[in-house]
Amino acid sequence: MADKVLTANRLSDGIAVWLDAAGNWAETLQSAFVARHAEAVSALEATGKVAFQDNKVVDVNVIDVEDVDGVLRPLRMRERIRADGPTIDYAPHYDVKRAQPLSA
Amino acid sequence: MYRYDEFDHAFVAERVSQFRDQVGRRLAGELEEDAFKPLRLMNGVYLQLHAYMLRVAIPYGTLSSKQMRMLAHVARTYDRGYGHFTTRQNIQYNWPSLKDTPDILADLATVEMHAIQTSGNCIRNVTADHFAGVAADEVADPRPYAEILRQWSSVHPEFSFLPRKFKIAVTGAERDRAAIQVHDIGLHLKKDENGRLGFTVYVGGGQGRTPMIAKKIRDFLPEEDLLSYTTAIMRVYNLHGRRDNKYKARIKILVHETGAEELARQVEVEFAELQHTELKLPEADIQAITAYFAPPELPLRGEGWANLAAWKKADPEFANWVNQNVKPHKHPDYGMVTISLKPIGGIPGDASDAQMDLVADIAQEYAFDEIRVTHEQNLVLPQVALADLEAVYRGLASVGLVTANSGLITDIIACPGLDYCALANARSIPVAQEISRRFGSQERQQEIGELKIKISGCINACGHHHVGHIGLLGVEKKGEELYQITLGGSGDEHTSIGEIIGRGFEPDKVTDAIEKIVDTYLGLREGPSEIFLDAYRRVGAQPFKDALYGESPAKAA
Repeated sequence: MADKVLTANRLSDGIAVWLDAAGNWAETLQSAFVARHAEAVSALEATGKVAFQDNKVVDVNVIDVEDVDGVLRPLRMRERIRADGPTIDYAPHYDVKRAQPLSA
Repeated sequence: MYRYDEFDHAFVAERVSQFRDQVGRRLAGELEEDAFKPLRLMNGVYLQLHAYMLRVAIPYGTLSSKQMRMLAHVARTYDRGYGHFTTRQNIQYNWPSLKDTPDILADLATVEMHAIQTSGNCIRNVTADHFAGVAADEVADPRPYAEILRQWSSVHPEFSFLPRKFKIAVTGAERDRAAIQVHDIGLHLKKDENGRLGFTVYVGGGQGRTPMIAKKIRDFLPEEDLLSYTTAIMRVYNLHGRRDNKYKARIKILVHETGAEELARQVEVEFAELQHTELKLPEADIQAITAYFAPPELPLRGEGWANLAAWKKADPEFANWVNQNVKPHKHPDYGMVTISLKPIGGIPGDASDAQMDLVADIAQEYAFDEIRVTHEQNLVLPQVALADLEAVYRGLASVGLVTANSGLITDIIACPGLDYCALANARSIPVAQEISRRFGSQERQQEIGELKIKISGCINACGHHHVGHIGLLGVEKKGEELYQITLGGSGDEHTSIGEIIGRGFEPDKVTDAIEKIVDTYLGLREGPSEIFLDAYRRVGAQPFKDALYGESPAKAA
């Protein structure tokens, strides 16, 4: 069984998030709680269902990841792009980390 | 330009207010996602890979400076400083917060813009020739009819829940720049032998997973029958279009399965019922709408001819830009300026807030306050005096908007692809960027001549790959990206669907493959005046297959 993590998009702003071990929705994949056996996956799925019903997140999915030297890497490219952001220099005048224009 | 009347203002304001309430209830947990999703989609709010996406309508791609400034404001205030102009002549923002969307829509409403019907199974933004009203080869401006269709189709109670989305395009010129034959309904405005205006009507074109060229079902429809006949088509589609399978729900499938002749007969039966009803367009109404699109009075600016010749002589880069991006206007002292949103190695269709503001300023000062968005993801200043071209060029150059590649190989259409889109299977933008860089030299592009590359990141074909002279379709195969190449597509008055040339190419090999195709073309063309598409139509696929795969026949991936 591939390792799995729980991902979704935050309801309020749509930003991609991953469930961490403390039950919070983190903005980085590397913070995600990794389920390595069936019981843990079931727990992830149940948590996802509740979070969706609680209107915290939308588009909730369990996805496959691998651990490469301590770094989590989704198996599907789609999920890798969700985790890392667009693969292009899409907003040269914008600092994504600070989430505001560079000139501000 | 069309201006909202009191009804329009009140209607849009009411929709913003409704949506504000709906978003508020969603964020408070009073509305569940299943109930909310169709409501947000009706207001142009999608959920993509990284965030929400807001698609704003730009009816028939026509904008004022004030509206363009508002688009810049939205990019700067609510998004990440840029927007993406689309093949439906709209704009998309890739990072808005749901909580901000009511404020964005309220801001847009102040300049008579909205996001209504930019999603859902309804009649979408009506598109038109981006040179409408100014092109030398035009019979009449198609935009008044596009506006009439927009008003008629906006929240039309009968046509808000169609089997599938529905797209209409209108052109008023023999040279089709609106790709009308790959639309659900394509309208070609023309005059009959008595000089009356009317339309040749095409139905059932489209791209996506089942590309079809539209069928002509009416040679000449008098203009006053536009709405009654269109309603007749919609009724036949609404009644018989398939709702059991979303992949077979577009009208193109209905036309294909029914047969164009039988479908035309059914439309005529409906039309006979509707022709003399309130849907008949009174001449006064057509004139009233047409008056909104009256061309500005263009003063004589004959001095531009001599100035232009001198400027071109002094600055070869300016000369390149004029030769490639400025086309003749109806008035000999003026030109139609294409502002390429395809910088070499850049992202097709993207514009920053600063670029949008600057274009707005230039349009206000030099172009009678009007801007167009093209379905090829560029902008147009439809009327600029030749005498002002140098100033316009200098202004655009200050924000990197003078790429002289309109219609050339680097003027690539690309959908957002897997970098943004939840439906995509492969990336489009990086592929476009690499091709653009490979062919970026001005001399090389000009030597190659007109060549339209169009790239889609999935079979839905938002990047129009089926009608690219060279089309690229990204697919996912065994978890990796692979690009199928089609050749010979075209979205003009001689529309054709490109043919798959053979097995697909990995991302690191696709640019080499394009280069082989281009080199093959350069080797076999009869001269520089024979463009790629004409050469392909003359010689067929075989020389290109041989170049790509060797002598053995290649199987499609």
